[in-house]
Amino acid sequence: MELFLITAIHVLYAVASLFLMTAGLAVIFGMMGVINFAHGEFLMVGGFAFVLAVQAGINTWVAMFLVAPLVCVILGLVVERLIIRHLYGRTVDTILATWGLSLLLIGIASVTLGYDQRGVGQPFGSIAIGAYREGVYTFFVIGMAAVVVALLYGLLRWTSFGLVARGTMENAAMAWALGADVKRIYALTFALGAALSGLAGAIFAPIAGVMPVSGTIYIAKAFITVISGGPLPLSGAVLASGLLGTVSELTTIVSTPVVGHVALLAAAILLLRILPSGITGRFFRGGV
Amino acid sequence: MIAKLALAIFGGLALLCGLPLVVETYTLFNLTVFAAMAIFALSLGLVWGFSGILSLGQSVFFGLGAYAYAIAAINFSDSTPALVAALAAPTTLALLIGYFAFFGRVTDVYFGVISLTTSLILYSLVNSTSDQSFVIGKAPLGGYNGIPSVPPINWPFMPEWTLGFEDMYYLTGVLLLIVYVGLRLLLVSPFGRICIGVRESETRAELLGYDVRKYKLGMFCIGAAIAGLAGALFAAWGSFVGPDSFSVSFAAQAIIWVMFGGLGTLIGPIIGCVALQAITTWLGQVKIIDPNIVLGLIFIAAVLLLPQGIVPALQGLYRRFMPRRQGSGAA
Repeated sequence: MELFLITAIHVLYAVASLFLMTAGLAVIFGMMGVINFAHGEFLMVGGFAFVLAVQAGINTWVAMFLVAPLVCVILGLVVERLIIRHLYGRTVDTILATWGLSLLLIGIASVTLGYDQRGVGQPFGSIAIGAYREGVYTFFVIGMAAVVVALLYGLLRWTSFGLVARGTMENAAMAWALGADVKRIYALTFALGAALSGLAGAIFAPIAGVMPVSGTIYIAKAFITVISGGPLPLSGAVLASGLLGTVSELTTIVSTPVVGHVALLAAAILLLRILPSGITGRFFRGGV
Repeated sequence: MIAKLALAIFGGLALLCGLPLVVETYTLFNLTVFAAMAIFALSLGLVWGFSGILSLGQSVFFGLGAYAYAIAAINFSDSTPALVAALAAPTTLALLIGYFAFFGRVTDVYFGVISLTTSLILYSLVNSTSDQSFVIGKAPLGGYNGIPSVPPINWPFMPEWTLGFEDMYYLTGVLLLIVYVGLRLLLVSPFGRICIGVRESETRAELLGYDVRKYKLGMFCIGAAIAGLAGALFAAWGSFVGPDSFSVSFAAQAIIWVMFGGLGTLIGPIIGCVALQAITTWLGQVKIIDPNIVLGLIFIAAVLLLPQGIVPALQGLYRRFMPRRQGSGAA
C-alpha cells in the first residue's frame, strides 16, 4: 500500500514537472504557431531571477511568484517586439531566430553570472509515508501544476482575453477583421508563455539548481511534449505530459532513469505515428 | 548546366590544391573538419531543401556513421569495411524511420520531432554505456567518454597504408566535391525533379500518379548515407567519436548552417557551414567575447535581415545588377 502510494506520488510528480516545464512553450506554440527554442533559457532566466532575489534577502514566495515571472514577462515583451513580431507565420524561421536568442542568453548569463551552478535550499522539510520519506516540495510541485492548469483554463475559457486569444488562434485574419488587435494579443500571449516559463524556472531552481546552460536540459523534453500534445495549448500539454510522464516514471521505477528517458522518447514517436498531428489534432477539437 | 558543373569541378579542384600553398598547416587541419561538416550540411540541405523533409535530427545519421566507422575500424583493423558500415548503418536506420513515418503520413514539424527524438534516444543510450561491459567486438562504447583512438582511414584493403592528415585533407575535399557534383546531377535526374515536385506540392505530385512516400523515403535514405559518410570522416579526422554527435545542439547547428547559407540551394549549406564554423573557431581563439553572444546575434540578424539565407540574397543582388543575363534556379 505504502509502495503503491509512493509510486503514485512519483508518477504524479513526474507528470506535474513535465507539465510545468512545457506549459510556457505550449501556450506560445499553440496560440501563435511560434516554436520558441529559447524556452529553456526563459526557464534559466526565471531560475536565476529567483535565486538572486532570494540571495538578496527577498521572501522566497515573493521571489517565486512575483520576481521570476515578472522578469521573464519583461524579457518576453522585449523579445516579442524586437524579434518574434517580424516572424509570424514563419515557423521554421522562428526556430533559427530563437535558437540564436538562446545562445545569446546563455552567453550573457555566463559572462555576467559565471559558469557555476547556483541554488537555494528546498523550502520545506519532508514527511514520512510509512517506511518512506518524501519531500514536501514534491507535493508543492504537484499542487502548483494543478493551480497553473486551473488558472490557464479559467483565463482561456472565461475571460474576454481568452475568448479573443482563442479566436485569434482559430483564424487570425478573421479576428483582425472583426477588430481584435491581433498584434497586442500575440504580445500578451508571448508574455503569458514567458511568465509561465519564469515561474517554472523558479519552481525547479531549488531542486535542480540553475546555471547558464540549465535551459538545455528542459528544451528537448518540453518540445517533444508540446508536439505530441498537438495544436491545443492546455489540453494538449496536460494530456501529453500525463501520458509521457507516466510512461517515463513507471519505466524509471522498474529499471533506470536512462531507460525511463528512452521510454518517454519512444512513447512520443509511437504516439506521433498513431496520431500524426498530436493528441489534440484528433481528439478534443474546439477545446482549449 | 554542363559548363556550370565543369566550372564547379574545376574551381573546387583549384581551391583544394591552391589552399595548402597559402595557409598554415594548422588551418589545413581545421579546413579538413570544415569540409567533413560541409558534407553533413549538404545532406541536410538535400533532404530539407529539395524534398521538404524537416529532418531536425539529421545528426542521428552523422553520429551513427561516426560510431559505425569507429566500431568497425577497431574490429577489422581496416577502414574499408568500416566506411561501408558508416554508409550502411545510417541508411538502414533512415529506411526504418522513413518507412515508419512517411507511410504513416507523418509530416512537417511532427516528422521533425520524430527525427529529433530518435537522435535523443541514441544520445541517452550511448551516454549510458560507460560501463566496461558495453563492448561491440573489440570496441568498448565508452558512454559519455566516447571512443578514443579511432583508427585513421587507409588505402582500400591495405591497413598499413594509412592516410596522414594532409592526405585526409585532400580526401575530404575531393569527397565534398564528389558529393556536391553528384547531388547536382541527382537533382536534374527524373528522380530529383520529382522530389522537388513533391516538395512544392505533395497533393499535386500524388495526383500526377507518383507515390510520394517512396520518393521521400528515397531522398531521406540518400541524405542519411551522405551524413554517415560525413560522420565517418569526422571520426577518422579527430580519431574520436563521442555522444555529442547525437545531441540537440549539434542537430540544431546543422539546421542553422543550412538556413544561414540558403535553404533550397546546394552551395548555400556548404558556405553557411564553413563560414559559421570559421567564425566559431576564430572567436574561440581570440577570446575577446563569449562566442555564444556573437553567434546568437548573427543568427537573429540573419533571420531578420536575410530570411532566405546568404546565397539566395547574393543571387538576388547579382540578378538585380546584371539584368540581361539569365540566371538558372538552384546554385
